[in-house]
Amino acid sequence: MAIVQRSDTTGRPAWRLPRLAGDRLPLLLVPALVLLALPLIGAFPAWITLTLAGLAMGMMIFIMASGLTLVFGLMDVLNFGHGAFISIGAFLATLVLLPLAAWMQADNIWMNLAAIALAIVVAMAGTGALGLVFERVIVRPVYGQHLKQILVTMGGLIIAEQMIHVLWGPQQIALPLPTGIRGAIVVGEVALERYRLFAVGVGLVVLIGMLLVLNRTRLGLLIRAGVENSEMVQALGYDIRRLFVLVFVAGSALAGLGGVMWGLYREVLVAGMGMEVMVLVFIVIIIGGLGSVWGCFIGALMVALLANYTGFLMPKVALGSNILLMVLILLWRPQGLYGGAKR
Amino acid sequence: MSDALLQLSGVHTHIGHYHILQGVDLVVPRGELTMLLGRNGAGKTTTLRTILGMWRASAGHIAFDGQEIAARATPEIARAGVAYVPENMGIFSGLTVRENILVAARAGAPEARRLQWVLGLFPALEKFWNLSAGALSGGQKQMLAIARAMIEPRKLLLIDEPTKGLAPAIIGNMIEAFRELKRTETTILLVEQNFRFASALGDHVAVMDDGRIVHAGAMAALAKDRDLQQRLLGLSLDSHQ
Ligand SMILES: Nc1ncnc2c1ncn2[C@@H]1O[C@H](COP(=O)(O)OP(=O)(O)OP(=O)(O)O)[C@@H](O)[C@H]1O
Ligand SMILES: [Mg+2]
Repeated sequence: MAIVQRSDTTGRPAWRLPRLAGDRLPLLLVPALVLLALPLIGAFPAWITLTLAGLAMGMMIFIMASGLTLVFGLMDVLNFGHGAFISIGAFLATLVLLPLAAWMQADNIWMNLAAIALAIVVAMAGTGALGLVFERVIVRPVYGQHLKQILVTMGGLIIAEQMIHVLWGPQQIALPLPTGIRGAIVVGEVALERYRLFAVGVGLVVLIGMLLVLNRTRLGLLIRAGVENSEMVQALGYDIRRLFVLVFVAGSALAGLGGVMWGLYREVLVAGMGMEVMVLVFIVIIIGGLGSVWGCFIGALMVALLANYTGFLMPKVALGSNILLMVLILLWRPQGLYGGAKR
Repeated sequence: MSDALLQLSGVHTHIGHYHILQGVDLVVPRGELTMLLGRNGAGKTTTLRTILGMWRASAGHIAFDGQEIAARATPEIARAGVAYVPENMGIFSGLTVRENILVAARAGAPEARRLQWVLGLFPALEKFWNLSAGALSGGQKQMLAIARAMIEPRKLLLIDEPTKGLAPAIIGNMIEAFRELKRTETTILLVEQNFRFASALGDHVAVMDDGRIVHAGAMAALAKDRDLQQRLLGLSLDSHQ
C-alpha cells in the first residue's frame, strides 16, 4: 500500500495543523480547570507541583489511551485486553534497563536517556508484534460481536498477566529511575520533578507525532475517514481491515510505551499494573469521544489534573471526581467532547 | 445484449430473516446510463448494495466486465472499477471538501485536468474547498458525493437517488452535470424517483417491484407510454412531473 505519502499536488493551501474541525470550546476546559484550582489550593508552589503532576500523569494516560480510542473508533472493537500491552511494555523494558543498570546510574544524562530510549524501542517493538498476534488470534474472530469481544479480550488479558508471572516470576520488580531524571529542579519555592517534565515532553512528542500522521499523511486521512464511516471507506476501494491491523499494532505499541513511562513513574512493576490504569483509560476515551485523538488528549489531562487536585483537596473523593467529570461532560455532549465525528 | 458491462442473473439477497431481492435479472449496457426506478421499498438500494458486495447475494450471479463478483469483498469490487454514491451520500463530514476528494483518488492525488473538469461541473466545491464537508448544504453535499465518485475514471458508477431533497433549479444543474459525464461514456446505473430527471437522462430503464425487475427497455419508450408508466410506477408518478 503506497499510502504513506504526502499528496499535495493540487496546488491548494496546504494542510493546517492542528486541525480542530472548527470546534475549539473543549480546548478551554484544561486551562479553565487549572485556573479554577489555584484559588482552591491557595498556595502557589503546591498548585504548580500538583499541576505538573497532573499534566505528567495525563500525558501518560494519553499515550496509553490514544491508540485504543482509534481502535474503538475504526472498527467498534471493544478491547479490554489493552491493559496487557501496558504491563508487557513495562516488563519488556526491564530486559533492557536492568542489564544496563550502569548506564542508568551513570552521572550522564545522555547515557540515562539512551538506556530509556533503547528500552522504549524494545517495549514498543515487542508490544507491537504482540498486538499483531492478538488482533489475528483474539480480535479478528469476534468482529462485530461486542459481548464476545469483551469476554475474549478479557480472556486475553488474563492469559497475558499469567504469562508475565511465568516469565518474570510473581514478585514485584523494582525499576528505579535513572540518576539524571530523578529528583526535582527547585525554582524559588517551587519544586519541579524532573521525571514529570520528561513525561510531559514524551507526551507532547506522541501527540504531535499522531497529529502529523493523522493530518498530513494519506494513511492518516484514511484513518480519519474510516473512524467516521468505515463502510464508505471500503466502498472507495480500501481494505479497512488492513487499516485496522495497522492501527491496532500502533495502539499496542503506544500502550507499551505508556507502560514503560508508567512503570518508571511507579518504580515498581506488577503484572496487574496495566489493568489498574484501564479504568482511567476508559473514562478518558468516553470523555474524549470514541475515535478522537484530541478528545482523548483533553480528556486525559482533565482526568489526571482533577485526580491530583482532588487528591490534595479532598482525598476521599478522588476517583469519584472522575466519574462525576465523565457524567457532567456526557450531559453536555452525549457523544463525548469530540464524539460527533463517529456516526 | 452482447455488450453488458454488468449483468445480474437470478440474484437473491437476504437481510437477516428478510428475503429482499427475489431473483433480480438486470443488464447494464456498457457506456450508457441505465435508470433503476420503482416505488419505495422495492429493493433498489438493496440491489446497488448487493452489486458492491455490501450485502452478500444468497443466490445468483453478478458478472462485472466478464468476471463473477458475487462472492467478492467490497474493496475488491470497488478497485475493479466501481464507484458508489449512496442514498445518504456517505460524505465524511469531519474532513474538508478537499480531503473528501483526495480520499477517493486511489492514485494518491487527483489528476489535475480531471480535477479541473470535475470542479468545473460543480463550482461550489471549489469555493468551499477547504471547508469542513459537514458545513455544506444538502445539495452541495450531493455534488461532493458525485464529484468524489468521478474524480478518477471508473468503469461503473452506482448512484442512489441523487436528486433526493434537491430544489428544482439544482436538479437542472445536476442534469447538466450528468449529461457532461455521459459524454465520457462512463457506464452508469442510477436509482431515481424523479421521473422528469430519469427521462431526461436515461438511455435504458429497469423498473423494480417487490425485489424483482418487472420491466426493462429503452427509456424513450417508457417516457412516451403514459399507460405503461401508470401501470409500472403508479399514480404517484404525476406528483413528480
Ligand atoms: N438493513 C435492513 N434490514 C432489514 N430490512 C431492510 C434493510 N434494508 C432494507 N430493508 C428492506 O428491504 C426492502 C427494500 O429496501 P430498499 O432500501 O432496497 O428499497 P428502495 O427501493 O431503495 O426504497 P427507497 O425508494 O425508499 O429508497 C424494504 O422493505 C426495506 O424495509
Ligand atoms: Mg433506496
